[in-house]
Amino acid sequence: MLDFLHANLSYILSGISVGGQYALIAIGYTMVYGILRLINFAHGDVFMCAGLMMVYLSTTLPMSVSIPLVLVLTVLLGFLIERAAYKPLRTAPRMSVMISAIGVSYLLQNAALYFTGGLAKVYPTIPWLSRTVTIWGSTTKMVTLVTPILTIVLVVLLSLLIKYTKVGMAMRAVSKDFETSRLMGIRINTVISVTFVIGSFLAAVGSMLYFTNYASVTPISGGMPGLKCFVAAVFGGIGSIPGAVIGAFIIGIAENIIKGGSSIFGFGGSGWTTFSDAFTFALLIIILVVKPTGLFGEKATDKA
Amino acid sequence: MSDTILSIKDLKVNYGGIEAVKGISFDVPKGHIVTLIGANGAGKSSTLRAIAGLVKPKSGVIEFEGDNIAGKDTTAIVSRGITLVPEGRRIFPDLTVYENLRVGAYMRKDDITPDINWVYELFPRLKERSWQAGGTLSGGEQQMLAVGRALMSRPKLMMMDEPSLGLAPLIVRDIFSIIKEINKRGVTILLIEQNANMALSTADTGYVLETGRITMTGPGKELLVNEAVKAAYLGT
Repeated sequence: MLDFLHANLSYILSGISVGGQYALIAIGYTMVYGILRLINFAHGDVFMCAGLMMVYLSTTLPMSVSIPLVLVLTVLLGFLIERAAYKPLRTAPRMSVMISAIGVSYLLQNAALYFTGGLAKVYPTIPWLSRTVTIWGSTTKMVTLVTPILTIVLVVLLSLLIKYTKVGMAMRAVSKDFETSRLMGIRINTVISVTFVIGSFLAAVGSMLYFTNYASVTPISGGMPGLKCFVAAVFGGIGSIPGAVIGAFIIGIAENIIKGGSSIFGFGGSGWTTFSDAFTFALLIIILVVKPTGLFGEKATDKA
Repeated sequence: MSDTILSIKDLKVNYGGIEAVKGISFDVPKGHIVTLIGANGAGKSSTLRAIAGLVKPKSGVIEFEGDNIAGKDTTAIVSRGITLVPEGRRIFPDLTVYENLRVGAYMRKDDITPDINWVYELFPRLKERSWQAGGTLSGGEQQMLAVGRALMSRPKLMMMDEPSLGLAPLIVRDIFSIIKEINKRGVTILLIEQNANMALSTADTGYVLETGRITMTGPGKELLVNEAVKAAYLGT
């Protein structure tokens, strides 16, 4: 076992790291679903836009300005998407909102295509995150170590916010019952906006960590990670934040072991690289068949 | 006579494409218990929902303390001192009993401890279960929690939609005696009920609603012995 760990340390480490990045995105899916029962298809593209914003902003501005600016602008983007594309459909059938979300997804992708001219843009180097470190004989980037720690810190902060603050209590109330929440004097739209703000903020942080490991951003960069994070959220039980985080780590780690690690019981190893994405979606199929509510999901609750 | 806290004039409300309330007018005097009775679909719930701002009335005036609040949003209405204990209790199942009460005081910025203590005094059962999730309570306890939660906003007018629904007779009696006690503390009560017997014997004034119109009115005790009411709603 120790030998296996040692031999595969770099893959496990990068798996944990990718898992953390997925977790930050998956939380956005799961929170929005929890409140609106909406699968926000545009979320992966918001993540991509955060990546592109960084590319453009860092060409003229120093990192110390670009990073906070990207966070603020992504939050604003998420907020505006909700106000423009979802809020007017609050009383419409759920399917309409979902189609609106798909529309926003394509809108963002096409806007990105227009700005980039379809070319892959080189993601800037965030100096500290890109530093090389060596642990137990494995060489890796600083981001690999920072990601899981930062993810856990953010998840803990988020859990405290939801459990102990007034707005957190309102979020829990609204996620169960719109009408009664209104009777308590809760402003539903404010609470929904807060949800999108948090989700977009985490996606922006995730994008910085994620793209540091990849050379470039393209208009479709949000597609695959977005889809995988959605799978992670479903796997963990959509609506549940701990579920999404655990699902994301499981997918991140499994994917990386399959990609590069030596085989365990004949599975995995370098020959299997091409199957790493297939694994994620096979997992989705299995979970939907065996336990449709996911690891921590509640029984189907259809909100009136 | 005391002054009128709520005055409804020619209120029309649509529900699911049909006119559920067809122009009703009634007054709720301050400090009284007023009840609207009527069969299923008579328009009772629609009336309360319109007053609370959950649905926009089609036309008509809803005057609360002299101002027309018809069509205002729920938050504005709640902040004026109106609360609705919804049909089916609708407590928040994942929130603890204590949190449910806190959510009831969501709009308040002052200290809510005295109110929590008062609710716990009215319903000692809730105090025992204060850290339990609301969803684990029995039906009767959930109704107590729904009433307690509504009180947390310090309402001037508490509207109740079928508080006796699905509860055992003994518990219904408890709930109604609590309603009277709350009323004694100065909260005006507007109650709608299918359990006409209980509602009329508690209320100062009763209105009978039939297919969206008020057909009869009078002091609760008088309606209770009225032959037509007896035949239609009391089953005697």
